[in-house]
Amino acid sequence: MAAIAHSHTHSAPPVLDQPDENKRDFLILATGAVGAAGVAGAAWPFVQSWSPSADVLSQATTEVDVSNLAKGQMITVPWQGKPVFILRRTDDQIAAAKKGDAETLPDPAKDAERVQNPEILVVLALCSHLGCVPQPIGTGNFGGFLCPCHGSHYDTSGRIRQGPAPKNLPVPFYTFKADNVLVIGKATG
Amino acid sequence: MVFKKIMDWVDARLPITEMIKSQATEYATPKNLNYWWNFGSLALFTLIIMILTGLFLAMHYKPDANQAFDVVEHIMRDVNYGWLLRYLHANGATFFFIMIYVHILRGMYYGSYRAPREILWWIGIVIFFMMMGTAFMGYVLPWGQMSYWGAAVITNLMSAIPVIGEDLVVWIWGGFAVGDPTLNRFFALHFLLPFVIFGAVFVHLWALHAVHSNNPEGVDPDFSKDSIPFHPYYTIKDLYGMGVFLIFYCAFVFFVPNFFLEPDNYIPANPMQTPAHIVPEWYFLPFYAILRSIDFLGSFSKLAGVLAMVGSIAILFILPFLDRSPVRSFRYRPLSRQLFWIFVIDCFVLGWVGYNPADATRFDGALPLILVGRTGTAIYFGYFVMLWVITAFDIEKSKPMPKSL
Repeated sequence: MAAIAHSHTHSAPPVLDQPDENKRDFLILATGAVGAAGVAGAAWPFVQSWSPSADVLSQATTEVDVSNLAKGQMITVPWQGKPVFILRRTDDQIAAAKKGDAETLPDPAKDAERVQNPEILVVLALCSHLGCVPQPIGTGNFGGFLCPCHGSHYDTSGRIRQGPAPKNLPVPFYTFKADNVLVIGKATG
Repeated sequence: MVFKKIMDWVDARLPITEMIKSQATEYATPKNLNYWWNFGSLALFTLIIMILTGLFLAMHYKPDANQAFDVVEHIMRDVNYGWLLRYLHANGATFFFIMIYVHILRGMYYGSYRAPREILWWIGIVIFFMMMGTAFMGYVLPWGQMSYWGAAVITNLMSAIPVIGEDLVVWIWGGFAVGDPTLNRFFALHFLLPFVIFGAVFVHLWALHAVHSNNPEGVDPDFSKDSIPFHPYYTIKDLYGMGVFLIFYCAFVFFVPNFFLEPDNYIPANPMQTPAHIVPEWYFLPFYAILRSIDFLGSFSKLAGVLAMVGSIAILFILPFLDRSPVRSFRYRPLSRQLFWIFVIDCFVLGWVGYNPADATRFDGALPLILVGRTGTAIYFGYFVMLWVITAFDIEKSKPMPKSL
């Protein structure tokens, strides 16, 4: 390298049997970079082919009539292929959830933030640990849901209280179409 | 001799005879290999059985969430010898893992991971990882309850990865839950990976033949007097091992084919309900126990559990550097040998913990199994730490080694 720099600074004729290594390194790197960009571009369609397809994305909403749901009764409805628990809570269950507001929670949230109508609890029934479906209301400590896979306990607001799960049961986006009819999910596209 | 003339013609163009001689029949092998050295060739034999039975099962299987469960029953009831192909394949997975576990433990006991065999060892770990992935995806294909929820739990492990985790899981699923797209791609990968493994096995053998086999004494053989040709000595010994293996394998296939299978997997997959007690296949149980044992770190538990589980295998990569003893074989290392057997027993204990429900207890609740799981996890990783401690600080006094074989 030193010899090359020397030959340049003194504008002496370059030695023919010594290739210009700086130039060659640059060409190799530039060609390699263009090649890598090309490969990455070509790989993109393959990678994207694994993302949810249009027909999967179209299964966006589920409509549920909860008028037949008695106090303390819970149903499981499918939404986007995932189970959603809908529970009409008893006064005791609502009181237990309100009491939980004052506790130190792993994933702090007030019960009021998690329900639109205090009587109707809507939660995505997938444990935030590893995605098992928790068991119905009343199975866990705190009067709520127990995930059987790894022993996570959720309270009557679907908040994580005990066990390995890091987060509360998520509340999916939903709206009340009528007093007793709710629509889970947002229409997309 | 016509045959000789043909072979001369071929050898002038492709030196097959020379290759077979140097790499197989006359390949120099230490004269003192014991029966623990059978398990490498047995693993290859099992891999071939898996590829063959799998290929023929694939000719009848349909990777469709609406058909997969029924088509497995179709294979069992309608396809000629379909039951045999399936039971050979399902039990073959069990025996493949038995072979590999013995093979790995043999390497750990006799120091086969030590210089100059590090790369050989690493290729083996890579093969093991691919094998676990293949086995996991294969277990999803019958689309029973255990298949479905096993897939849900394992794919959800990815969601522990910070920032990109959640999106990554959706990408792997091809939807918002495990479903038809997931099944389809798992089938494609389950078909592909065994051939990748097969290729990796040849790189493994290439690395082996470059440095030659370790042996129970752990001393380098003097190839002028301590080695014997592979054929007929080890070909016949390997064949004998295969005979013994086939007796056990066929006993399970023909008499208790469902011994290792979970009854719940004969219930069709139901995304709306998780079985009360999900367990992975037995060969994943110790790692599953390690995953579950980290539950005391609050919101970090999940990520930490996943890291511990992956780390429990990945730590094997640095084993060649953790072990600083001048002696390879544990035959001459009394302390290491004790640690090794504690490690082996610990793996069984972890497996037992993994088999039980997460909140199980013993002695009327006095002993939650989660405590056993945490202790077992500590002992598992403790093995690697202790091995380093006793060898790096010369705590272990190794016994005198033989000068030669």
